[in-house]
Amino acid sequence: MKPIPYRLLLIAAALFLPAAAAERGTGDLGIVVERAAGTLQVIETSTNSALGRIEGLGDLSHASAVFSRDGRYAFVFGRDGGLSKVDLLETRLVKRAQQAGNSIGGAISQDGRLVAVANYEPGGVRIFDSETLEPVGDIPARYGTEGKTSKVVGLVDAPGNRFVFSLWDAGEIWIADLSDRSRIQVSKLANVGANPYDALITSDGRYYIAGLFGEDGLALLDLWHPEAGVRRILPDYGRGEEKLPVYKMPHLEGWAVAGRRAFVPAVGRNEVLVIDMEGWREVGRIPVKGQPVFVMARPDARQVWVSFAFPNNQHIQVFDTETLAQVHAFEPGPAVLHMEFEPRGEEIWVSVRDADRVDVYDTASFERKASLPANKPSGIFLTARGHRIGL
Amino acid sequence: MIAVVRLLARLAALMASGLAILSVVSLVALAAVPAHASAEPSDQRQAELRNLLIQDCGSCHGLTLAGGLGPPLRPQDLTGKPPEYLAATILYGRPGTAMPPWRPFLSDSEAAWLASLLKQSRP
Repeated sequence: MKPIPYRLLLIAAALFLPAAAAERGTGDLGIVVERAAGTLQVIETSTNSALGRIEGLGDLSHASAVFSRDGRYAFVFGRDGGLSKVDLLETRLVKRAQQAGNSIGGAISQDGRLVAVANYEPGGVRIFDSETLEPVGDIPARYGTEGKTSKVVGLVDAPGNRFVFSLWDAGEIWIADLSDRSRIQVSKLANVGANPYDALITSDGRYYIAGLFGEDGLALLDLWHPEAGVRRILPDYGRGEEKLPVYKMPHLEGWAVAGRRAFVPAVGRNEVLVIDMEGWREVGRIPVKGQPVFVMARPDARQVWVSFAFPNNQHIQVFDTETLAQVHAFEPGPAVLHMEFEPRGEEIWVSVRDADRVDVYDTASFERKASLPANKPSGIFLTARGHRIGL
Repeated sequence: MIAVVRLLARLAALMASGLAILSVVSLVALAAVPAHASAEPSDQRQAELRNLLIQDCGSCHGLTLAGGLGPPLRPQDLTGKPPEYLAATILYGRPGTAMPPWRPFLSDSEAAWLASLLKQSRP
């Protein structure tokens, strides 16, 4: 028998290497949540394509995700309390922990070694090792004197390996210090306002701002000076006016901040509030088509994109952050749920739930650049989040 | 009329005793859901309503209705809550909570159909 030529062997070996393990970076990867099916699509933003699907993640209503710093793994927080670790390069579920009955979101620590989950049931925060998903800590959100527990919202990471979160039922903000994971220290700030519904932390990790559902205004915490307590800002933006019904809770995220201004949804009115972050004063209001859900600044801070609650969720409006004038408005399709800018902001991904599509738009020409089929898509998360405080 | 219903709904929300809630609620329900409103929605409308229930109610109550910021709405969570009570809650919301009124988007019969769906099974 003739010996097989060495070169042929090499070619054969290359053919049998798994395609997913082919060398590639992760900086242009992301996931799209298909919430009803309990699946994720792995996507890439260099040519705007889908790379594969990961199944078996449970109930992904309101699912969100954070990323390991190498951009390879996503930690996905499902409504059913499942915490899933997925490998984007190999397009597979690595590990799954059923950590609670009902949860709402999570965060990854500054050092990347801990993942925290905000839970509704049992109300509180649970902390896991990001490598193994083994439990590290449990912080029940007990408040008051009757031993009640609160649903937890607005969980973010903060410098100093801290997690900050809000208690919906209690009206409190807690800071958990995980700098020593064997001795978790929790500081509690009470009476921050009625029903904080979500929160953001500025991208420098200094200011934590919780939106309030139960009253006007926002709760502001300066993490450089937590001892100074929580301060109420914009306490009467809707004074004396009847609130409109809210058919979907607004969301707050770090990129509501554009330069020295923050753009946040007003609750129960069809307005975006513009806050000057130097003096924490309201400096403008933008009338919009409905109850804003996401208000997101393009990474260069020049535009904010606004999506809406039912029954106006077919719209997106784009505003100039300098003049507050509308620069574009369009209807991508029925039930726009989420938007995600590419890291440098030249394109934006939009999930159009009831059209079963994810669309990619150019943010300068507003042209549609790509459209990918997806099963009732909701959240879109790109790996660039892994390098940002609070995301 | 709507003001009266709102007031009653507010009362219902405040009452602690289940019996009191039932009696007030049945008043609300009588006022809110006329007897002739029992016609079933068309097949196409039923599909829209199911989508609304799963996707939009699901925003707060969970896609499987196991609860979220809003309470769970599975049949086992709703024992003791008559369909009329549920229909009235859907139509008029729960003042003082995050539950909004869906009256602008739903007819009486559609709310009643959704309420019976909730009582029966998972949508």
